[in-house]
Amino acid sequence: MTELPVEPVPAKAPRSKRRDVWDQFKSHKGALLGMFIFAVIVLGVLLGPYLWPYDATYIDIRARNEGPSFAHPMGTDQLGRDTMARMMAGGQTSISVGVTAMLLALVLGSLIGVVAGFFKRLDGPLMRLTDLFLALPLLPLLLVMVLLFREPLSATFGPETGIFILIVVAIGITSWMPTARIVRGDVLALKEREFVLAARSIGTTNFRMITRHILPNVMSPIMVSATLGIANAIITESALSFLGLGFPPDFPTWGRLLYDATNYLQQYPERVIWPGAAISLTVLSVNYLGDGLRDALDPRIRGR
Amino acid sequence: MLTYTIRRLTLAIPTLLFISLVIFLLLELAPGDPMAQVPLTVPPEVKQQMREALGLGEPTHIRFGKWLWQFFVIEPMNLIDATLGTTIAEGESRVISWQTRSPVMDIVAQRMPQTLWVVAMSYVVGILIAMPIGIYSAYRQYSVFDQVGTFVTMVGYSVPPFFSGVLVIVIFSVQLGWLPSIYDTTLNVVDWATFKKQLMQMVMPVMVLALQTTAQISRFMRASMLDNLNQDYVRTARAKGLSEWSVVMIHVLRNSMIPVVTVIALGVPYIFGGAIITEQIFKVNGLGQLLITAIQANDLPMVQTVTFMLAVLIVLFNIIADILYGVLDPRIRYD
Repeated sequence: MTELPVEPVPAKAPRSKRRDVWDQFKSHKGALLGMFIFAVIVLGVLLGPYLWPYDATYIDIRARNEGPSFAHPMGTDQLGRDTMARMMAGGQTSISVGVTAMLLALVLGSLIGVVAGFFKRLDGPLMRLTDLFLALPLLPLLLVMVLLFREPLSATFGPETGIFILIVVAIGITSWMPTARIVRGDVLALKEREFVLAARSIGTTNFRMITRHILPNVMSPIMVSATLGIANAIITESALSFLGLGFPPDFPTWGRLLYDATNYLQQYPERVIWPGAAISLTVLSVNYLGDGLRDALDPRIRGR
Repeated sequence: MLTYTIRRLTLAIPTLLFISLVIFLLLELAPGDPMAQVPLTVPPEVKQQMREALGLGEPTHIRFGKWLWQFFVIEPMNLIDATLGTTIAEGESRVISWQTRSPVMDIVAQRMPQTLWVVAMSYVVGILIAMPIGIYSAYRQYSVFDQVGTFVTMVGYSVPPFFSGVLVIVIFSVQLGWLPSIYDTTLNVVDWATFKKQLMQMVMPVMVLALQTTAQISRFMRASMLDNLNQDYVRTARAKGLSEWSVVMIHVLRNSMIPVVTVIALGVPYIFGGAIITEQIFKVNGLGQLLITAIQANDLPMVQTVTFMLAVLIVLFNIIADILYGVLDPRIRYD
């Protein structure tokens, strides 16, 4: 008779939180589809230009204003540039602006939210500041910022990097408020919990407390804000480009392509569809992703 | 209720001061002399007047004070003059536009009605469409109506106005030719035919703006109704034999409206942002279009004034929402 292993093997491995979240997320079909579409779009605009034969700035004047064909699946524009290549280049800019601006807004929002929630004395002033920012006319202010700082920044960093920094910073500092509010609410609730008291009793400093105990516990609302932040930033950047105050004309973004296409609305109405659909589809998929994430990270819904 | 309203109104003053400070400092911190971009065609004496009107060459805080004085004292005095025919503001230097060399507020007053019309109409239409959708999809949760409604609102939420606006122009103006793509602001409504024309040209801008409002508000309405429908007081109301209509439309709806009113108020800045874009698409000559042309022409006083006027409108709508909040929830009035 052979010896059986001494330690009893548990019938089922204990489930990790990550696993729970993923299981809940999987059950939300829209969120899965959203994640898939967003991944396809991101991969498409990142890898597409390496596979696609045409360059976004290559001008072929004999092939201008062409409709969709095998050579140019989305047609060409008034200078004979391939629309597919321009869409990919535009998507790179739009998505990178969206992600960077979202990160900036997230860092600002979480910082202000955590500080306001954790330090009682700063709570009042910081929340009043948040309320004041929420009352600002954001789009007009963004337009004014772009108007005033476009030239000096272009002169310092070059036209493309300059305007990239400007737009990212402008969107970042005007969209941190929702994150700050949500994070503050959660921090206020966390502060009353026993584990914080326990950590306090062994002499944890405020800095350690925030980084070790508070921040990991408010990650889920921050992640949901992140997805919504990307959608918001992409729309804002496109709106700026659409109003003619975004990136320079020869530097395509989805908003810019849409803006250029509206000039040919009567002759080539199909041209506005591509960039518009790309923006809408990206935002839609990100919103669904956020929706699913919110459900999956909410312990009250999870496991039901 | 009156003290509550007065308290809200006094709270608006620091908000407006802060916003004017932000706008002022933004233009102040901008590198370069604000007068450097005035076209050379402007005569020197006008330039000198403009310098005085801007209060250039003095420390920042004095200039900010002067700007506030111009904006909050001299401009209202001019408004009184215009309405009552008095001359109390004569000889005071007003905020002058660099494009037209006429007072900025006169132009703003001309443009304001168009923007308010389109924005107010679309907000009202949006709310009117959103509320029944939200209520019904919460009441019949997970029904076909709810599923379709959720998807449609999600799409409406994700399609930006600059795409949906262009799209409806392509469909209804270019392809079908039903509606005019350009908003004619010179149209005077005098009889049935012009009223119909006005209606036709308002449909697209209003619906495009209303789409996003509808999507957002119906989502919140649904969530808020769902929170309330499972509460004990609903069971009590049903148990004491109230009709289903009065349970849902009176008991639940009133309580669900409280968070929705906040969302409606917080949405006001976005709808004004959307109005800028819609005005650009449909060529409505409202405040947004004025702002864009002023920005393109580097007309800083105009930009400053229009931005601030938009801020005033936003703050105003926020106060209205706050007061509504007090009407809906008596607890708020007394704390």
